[in-house]
Amino acid sequence: MTVAPTTELSRLLREDFDGVLDAWFATQKREGVRRPDLFSDRESRRQLSDLLRAFAEVLARIDITEPVDIEADVWSELRLALSEITLVRTERGVAPWEMTAFILALKQPVFVKLNESLSGTPDRLLSIAADFGRIVDALAMHINEYFIAERDEIIERQRAEMMELSTPVVQLWERVLTIPLIGTLDSMRAQEVMENLLNSIVEHSAEVVIVDITGVRVVDTQVAQHLLRTAAAVRLMGAEAIISGISPKIAQTMVELGVDVGEVTTRPSIRAALAEAFRRVGFQISRIEDSRV
Amino acid sequence: MSAPPAEPAARIELRQERDVAAARIAVSRAMDAMGARALRKTRFVTAVSEIARNALDHGGGGVLEVYRLERPLRIMIRCRDEGPGIADLDQAMTDGFSTARSMGKGLGGARRLVEAFRIESRPGSGTTVEMEAKP
Repeated sequence: MTVAPTTELSRLLREDFDGVLDAWFATQKREGVRRPDLFSDRESRRQLSDLLRAFAEVLARIDITEPVDIEADVWSELRLALSEITLVRTERGVAPWEMTAFILALKQPVFVKLNESLSGTPDRLLSIAADFGRIVDALAMHINEYFIAERDEIIERQRAEMMELSTPVVQLWERVLTIPLIGTLDSMRAQEVMENLLNSIVEHSAEVVIVDITGVRVVDTQVAQHLLRTAAAVRLMGAEAIISGISPKIAQTMVELGVDVGEVTTRPSIRAALAEAFRRVGFQISRIEDSRV
Repeated sequence: MSAPPAEPAARIELRQERDVAAARIAVSRAMDAMGARALRKTRFVTAVSEIARNALDHGGGGVLEVYRLERPLRIMIRCRDEGPGIADLDQAMTDGFSTARSMGKGLGGARRLVEAFRIESRPGSGTTVEMEAKP
C-alpha cells in the first residue's frame, strides 16, 4: 500500500522534527541569512521550531497535491507564526530578501531527507518534492506580500502627513495672510489649500492673501485653474489674492499654454507681494532714521 | 507612428493623479541627465504634465515612456491610453474646447510648448501622443 504524499511529508516532520530543524538551521547558516549578530542561536531555533511545528500541523490537515491557498483557514496558525517572526526579525534589521531566503532554506534539507527515504521510488520522490517546493514558495511569496503591504502603509501615512504639513496659512501682519505652496498642487491639495485659506480669512479678518508659488515647479493648466479659482473664492470672501513667486520660466510657459490670469494680481516675488499687501491695508515700511545698515 | 528607437529611459503607469507627478519627475530627471536648459525643461515638463493628465482623465489611465534620442540629442515621450479616443482631433486641439470642466488649453498648449508633436487617435481605440524637444 502506498502512503499518501501528504502523509509522507507530515510523517517526516513528526518523526524527524529535530533532524529537519537542525538541517534548516544549518542551511540558513551556510546561506548567511541566520544573522547571529541580531539573534542568539536559541532565539533563532525557537523561531524555526515554532514555524516548523505550525507547518507540520497544516500538513497533517491538507492535501499537498491540491493548489496552495495560504489565505485559507487551515493556514491561519502558520500565517500568524510567520507574521510574528517576520515582524521580530525585521524590527531588528533583517532585510526583506533575507527573510525570504530564511524560509526558502527549508526546501533543501527536506529534499535531502525525502531522498533518503524515497530513493527507491524516484517518481514519488519527485512529485512530493515538487509539491513541497510549491508550498514553501507560496510561504515566501506570502512574506513578500507582507513587506509590500507594510511599505505601502508607510508611504500612505507619510503622504497624509505631508499633506497636513504642506498647507500652512501664516499671518504676516494684521489682515495679511500668506500660504506658501510647495511641490505638487494636485486636485486634492488644491482643495485643502482652498479650505484652509478661506477659513483663515474669516478667522483673521484678512483683507489680503499672498499665495506664494515659489516652491511650485510646474504650473500646468490644471494648477493654473486651481490658483485662479482660489483667487476667485478669496475675492468672494471680500479679500484680495496676490499670487507671488512666478518665475520668468513659469511666466513664459504660462503664456505659451494660453493661461490668462485675468484680473488676479501677480508679483514676481513674495517681497514685492508683501509691499503691495501693505499698501492695500494702509501700512508702509520705512527705514528708521539714523540707523546704519 | 514608428517604433521608438531604443529602450525607454523610464516608464510610468498612469493610474492615479500622483502618477502624473511621477511622470513629471521622471522627465525632469531624464532632462537633467542630458544637461537640459532650465527654460526648456520647464516647458517640456509642463507639456508632459498636460498630456499625462489627459491620458488619466480622458483615457482612463495609460502608460508614459521617456526616451533619449541621439544625433541630435533630444528628449522624447510617448503617452498611450486605451480610452474612448478623440472623435475630432482638430476640435480637441483648439483652445477653449473641453469635454471636462477644465480650461481646454491642455492639448493646444502642450503642442506650443514642444518642438515636435504627434497625436494619433481613433474613437474606440485610444490615443497616443508623442512629443520631442531639444535639451
